[in-house]
Amino acid sequence: MALQGDFREHLLAFQDLEIEGNLVKTASEISKVDALVIPGGESTTISKLAKSFGLLDLISERIASGMPAFGTCAGMILLSNSIVDPASSQDVFGGIDMQVRRNAFGRQTESFEADLDFQAIGEEPFRGVFIRAPWVEKFAPEVEILASIESGGIQRSVAVRQGSILATAFHPELTGDRRIHNYFLNEVCGK
Amino acid sequence: MSKANETEVGSARVKRGMAEMLKGGVIMDVVNVEQAKIAEDAGAVAVMALERVPADIRAQGGVSRMSDPDMIEKIQAAVSIPVMAKVRIGHFAEAQILETLNVDYIDESEVLTPADYEHHINKWNFTIPFVCGATNLGEALRRISEGAAMIRSKGEAGTGDVSNATTHMRKIGGEIRRLTSMREEELYVAAKELQAPYALVKEVAESGKLPVVLFTAGGIATPADAAMMMQLGADGVFIGSGIFKSGDAAKRAAACVKATTYYSDAKIVADASRGLGEAMVGISVADIPAPHRLAERGW
Repeated sequence: MALQGDFREHLLAFQDLEIEGNLVKTASEISKVDALVIPGGESTTISKLAKSFGLLDLISERIASGMPAFGTCAGMILLSNSIVDPASSQDVFGGIDMQVRRNAFGRQTESFEADLDFQAIGEEPFRGVFIRAPWVEKFAPEVEILASIESGGIQRSVAVRQGSILATAFHPELTGDRRIHNYFLNEVCGK
Repeated sequence: MSKANETEVGSARVKRGMAEMLKGGVIMDVVNVEQAKIAEDAGAVAVMALERVPADIRAQGGVSRMSDPDMIEKIQAAVSIPVMAKVRIGHFAEAQILETLNVDYIDESEVLTPADYEHHINKWNFTIPFVCGATNLGEALRRISEGAAMIRSKGEAGTGDVSNATTHMRKIGGEIRRLTSMREEELYVAAKELQAPYALVKEVAESGKLPVVLFTAGGIATPADAAMMMQLGADGVFIGSGIFKSGDAAKRAAACVKATTYYSDAKIVADASRGLGEAMVGISVADIPAPHRLAERGW
């Protein structure tokens, strides 16, 4: 979805895996896709644009009816069912039965990279790039936690999956490591 | 489980990545909490907190400096989107202050009165990322070599005249395209001519783009201006005086956000352009005597 954010980096990631994605930003384009990636960006901006162009209900309905979706950072926020302290009139697409906290790790000076234990994609750690990143505050039992990181002495969930929806608080599209995109294609979408 | 002590803050990837998240968006100049909220509600990806917008700096004259920390903190408290703030060119102590305030990005800006007519800030010394202005590729690469994590073409701030933004975007884009057509041995002379480090020149020649995000700024006042800049290859736009020096700021702000996203769909840009009220009156760049042109600040 190409309303705002680093959608081209996701496109490049899938190109490395020999999948040609499309940049979509209208209702007719979005109604045709097999799976939707919601990129990193500013979640309030994406949400407001989606609302003013009538995409909000369309995307919510498609996700609810089983279309695979993958969200990173802002995308994780938009795929959650609720937000702690949302910005005024901020809507979400929903899909994962969890509540996320925006900018949970702090402002940009607290943005960081760290190695993550992400067993679903293999033994080798995944380098997570966290930029004003959210974390998962609460989640339902159906939500599978794929990776977490310690912050202030507490383990925070930063990669989750519920059925055909995958979300990470960090940005796999900003590293050259394509294992999470590959996981989405092969495990979540079932190709 | 990962431990916090393996983490790294302020890496180039984290700094440049922050700018990647702003792409396709509009960053708006705001001078108070009320304007910041209007910008956030309109869908701005970030706000630039400053005491006077460029049009007022131009009208009132005098020395223009970093904003009062109290004013910046009030805006940080009022909105959840990123907050940027400006420092004078070369004024590293102002940048140190902004770093303690935890603003999300620092703009080392020609809009303020320069503090150093020879050196820019060594931006590698900071955890916080910097955006810098450029009128051409050489200037952009010099700023990147000093640690800038984002570039904006300068345009001529505070005018509402988009012509210089166009010139600078075309110039940067044209110089990048020229590099991509060169033979490897020709890049050494190109680096000399651009007055930029060879390694960066080579990187641009190979990738066909800057190694950081390129926004545009200076004189953008309408949805059509924003759409044109995006079609010329900008990753996003800064709008300074153009919004809050116009009639209906909230409506114009939302319209510019829509035009920046749907820049290639003229029908949407046309709809966004309807009934916006009076645009900023502005001043033609040609009517500004050369010593008062801000774009010429930066070395």
